[in-house]
Amino acid sequence: MRTASVKAGVARQLKNHTSFGQSLRHSLTMAYRGLLKIRRTPEQLFDVTLQPILFTLMFTYIFGGAISGDVVSYLPVIIPGILVQTVITTSIVTGVQLREDMDKGVFDRFKSLPIARIAPLAGALLADTIRYTIATVLTFTMGYLMGYRPDGGLEHVVLAAVLVIFCSWAISWIFAFFGVIARTASSVQGISMIVLFPLTFLSNAFVPVDTMPKWLQWFVNINPVSHLVTAVRELANSGTAGWDLGISLLGAAVIVAIFAPITVRAYMRRT
Amino acid sequence: MYKNNEWAVEAHGLVKVFGDNRAVDGVDLKVRAGSIYGVLGPNGAGKTTTIRMLATLLRPDAGSARVFGYDAVKESQIVRQLIGVTGQYASVDESLSATENLVIFSRLLGLGRAEAKAKAEELLEEFGLTEAAKRPLKNFSGGMRRRLDLAASLIAQPPLIFLDEPTTGLDPRTRAQMWETIRRLVKTGSTVLLTTQYLDEADQLADRIAVIDRGHVVAEGTVDELKTSVGTSSLHLRVEQASDVPETRRTIEQVLHAVSGVSSEAGVITAPMANADLVTDLLVALRAKGIRLAEMSVQKPTLDEVFLTITGEGAKNKEEASA
Repeated sequence: MRTASVKAGVARQLKNHTSFGQSLRHSLTMAYRGLLKIRRTPEQLFDVTLQPILFTLMFTYIFGGAISGDVVSYLPVIIPGILVQTVITTSIVTGVQLREDMDKGVFDRFKSLPIARIAPLAGALLADTIRYTIATVLTFTMGYLMGYRPDGGLEHVVLAAVLVIFCSWAISWIFAFFGVIARTASSVQGISMIVLFPLTFLSNAFVPVDTMPKWLQWFVNINPVSHLVTAVRELANSGTAGWDLGISLLGAAVIVAIFAPITVRAYMRRT
Repeated sequence: MYKNNEWAVEAHGLVKVFGDNRAVDGVDLKVRAGSIYGVLGPNGAGKTTTIRMLATLLRPDAGSARVFGYDAVKESQIVRQLIGVTGQYASVDESLSATENLVIFSRLLGLGRAEAKAKAEELLEEFGLTEAAKRPLKNFSGGMRRRLDLAASLIAQPPLIFLDEPTTGLDPRTRAQMWETIRRLVKTGSTVLLTTQYLDEADQLADRIAVIDRGHVVAEGTVDELKTSVGTSSLHLRVEQASDVPETRRTIEQVLHAVSGVSSEAGVITAPMANADLVTDLLVALRAKGIRLAEMSVQKPTLDEVFLTITGEGAKNKEEASA
């Protein structure tokens, strides 16, 4: 062993806080770690590959005739709906994996390094946007193969995709919070499903709202998932942006503003 | 250079409570910069919890901890710039390769892309891991993992390094290598605080030792000081009649001038033996009192003796519990 690098007391500047630039760099490095992990274990991408293909096929052919008369005219309704539902569901995995990851010794090292406290969490969440991207691209591709031709054109479809990915990233902070406070990975899965199932199904994702009972319509109309679905439909199908887009972005920002700080705090407190 | 250049670690009255278990109950430690300090104790004594508080991984419930004069709670981010932590369980990423691990830690510590790569290669070579650099860690042996773990702690060349049971579970050869590495670290000016369950490890490495039991520091001093208090070897006696045990212990106290302990299994009396010559007197005294011995042996000090002797209280409690 050479002794060159084992040298103590190198002159260093000591600061008790991390700057925004540093926090960003640390988060990106942690995201790089997340990507490396995905590359090492590609089998964890099964869900984001199979679910969009399977769900798009199933829902379209089962409900298409009943709801819109035929499959092709159901596509502009169901593709944005299934997109939002699928991508948000994938964000649960973020919380589950975070829990599993945190149980490993390497998180002790992250905690003992002079890095931004938010970096291990933000990095993991950032790396997972690759999962949402895969799910988004596959859902649109499936739709296209089945005859979906969005009138908004490619650029608006891309915008809609970015919107869904961004909102899912925001929502993944909720599941990251569950991931940090839960005892086991499977309980994260459990809590998250209970939260997410009503949110995605009690929305306008699959069926027109006016077919539902009045009291349910009330919930469906305030459900943020409905707004996101509407925003995606408007963007993809007609290339317009309305209120729903604004509400979706605002909702996403509010979620991050609330859950990012409490998640980081819970993470710091946990031992 | 730092707020306090003389003391690498100063802990006063550290307390950590988990539920109703006082894992650490008022620990005081002072570690001089540039030395190797050993924290010795059995499983569950509070060693790891103490280290975790000093390394900012755990917030103390009471007391204060300073690293080079910086408060571990209030100035934690500064403390983290001065320490390297190698945990009891390798704190490296299992699913990545050795190189990837070191590159990521280097990047997090502010090295550029090329620098990080160079640093990783340099450390892998130093620790003899170059050949295994690209393999995923799942296939690493325990010794290789520990070496990588230590390498990762050295990236930033921290002036204080915490090693939590660095050699537990390693084979004797790897263990000796690890000791060699630790000694070299200190020669370059680093301070090392290590925990261990093995007396010989503390003996080999540490300048000073604190013995921890049930969350308390029960003894502190140089290796020699501790050894003297334990006796270089210890005498083990088993009497034929259990009723003779108290009388035997009184005799030992009179003749050897030392406190004896009784281990829980079958009333073996243990006493420090500082002067082998006195044992003759003891045996003569026992014969004179008509106490018959079933067994007698001499053993080199083990951690058990350190505890039986140092924690006189603990030994008495055990005795009462088993009586």
